[in-house]
Amino acid sequence: MGMTCEHVWREISNYVDGGVEAGLRAAMDEHMRECARCRSVLAGMRDVVRVYGDQRMLDVPSGFGQRLKRRLVRNARQPRWLFWTAWLVPVSAVLLIAGMVGYVNFSGSYHALKSPHAQPGKNIPPQLAVVMQPGARIFHLAGCDLIRNDHDLITMTAKDAIAQGFTPCTRCLRKYLSIVLAPRPPGLDLDGDARPLEALRRP
Amino acid sequence: MALNNPSGAAVTREQELIARVQRGHNDEFYELVRPYERRLFAAAVAILKNEADAEEVVQEAMLKALANIRQFRAEARFSTWLIQITVNEALMRRRRERTVAMEAIDEKQEDEPEYTPRDFADWREIPSEALERKEVRQKLAAALATLDRKYREVFVLRDMEQLNIEETAEALGISVASVKTRLLRARLMLRDLLASGWQQGWFSRLPFEKGTKPWG
Repeated sequence: MGMTCEHVWREISNYVDGGVEAGLRAAMDEHMRECARCRSVLAGMRDVVRVYGDQRMLDVPSGFGQRLKRRLVRNARQPRWLFWTAWLVPVSAVLLIAGMVGYVNFSGSYHALKSPHAQPGKNIPPQLAVVMQPGARIFHLAGCDLIRNDHDLITMTAKDAIAQGFTPCTRCLRKYLSIVLAPRPPGLDLDGDARPLEALRRP
Repeated sequence: MALNNPSGAAVTREQELIARVQRGHNDEFYELVRPYERRLFAAAVAILKNEADAEEVVQEAMLKALANIRQFRAEARFSTWLIQITVNEALMRRRRERTVAMEAIDEKQEDEPEYTPRDFADWREIPSEALERKEVRQKLAAALATLDRKYREVFVLRDMEQLNIEETAEALGISVASVKTRLLRARLMLRDLLASGWQQGWFSRLPFEKGTKPWG
């Protein structure tokens, strides 16, 4: 006999499951032909697997199925309509947000602030010229002390400057508002400060 | 063994039911679970060793299965999926109720010496009809309950739930080698217990040994 009983017992569970390679299986078969003890161990193990694998061994307490069913049914009641309507929540949220953004963009309500000073100028004279220094986000009116005598000064109309996001400098603000907010007869589009660049620069 | 190897028609019916529940017919979920409820209970009992806890765990596990039914993919066996959810739930319950120290003691016991069979008498096959008797089933269940938890869990998942070695390892979070070692010991220990059961007359057709007078 090539194998010992101990070796056979170590592998006997794999043998029952068909999980030993052919050479080892042949050696075990040969051993068991000669060994009544190992045949007894094998027969007993096969019986254990057969008996405990029988569905009759799976007992449950009385009423187990009814209790499980009741619990599942109680929890199952809500969802059928919920399943079909569950997508409504995220879709509604997206639509609501999109609607609000659209309303704000197209109705102008975003700009409906309380202070008249916070509103964009509606009466900006078309010829009102302003200057700004490169890199700055503010513009100056003619005569502002803060205009540096710089060759790189940029000039454009106040309307364009506002449209591009420039804001009046603090020194110019009062003067700018007095021009922009002052009532003017329709059609009057002049302003005394509408001067060419050279005239805006301080001497 | 019909439950472990359902027929083609049963499989198709099961797949249709799964699809319906996935579409929101939750009230049909119990019909899907019913063929496996006994196996689910056995798995939970093997881990918790307490029938009341096991029943509660099965209910909780099936609610989780229902909540996640849309994640079930057809390439897996539905029964295996349910068993794994139940085993996870039972393991979580046990971890909540046990101290870390007890878990550590259990893990140390992995290095036990090899189990050696004790009974080498000619094996008498246990008659299948013996399983019809409730007291026989109870004796067998009691024998199983005497095994250490780690052997009992592996044995129940592998030999009663019919999971394969890899599925058993995955469900319990242990290695394939550990499953094989524990399964070998569990089978050998149960074999010895059943051998002694013969001597105590568990499997006799009559409630007393042949040739004896029960009134004597």
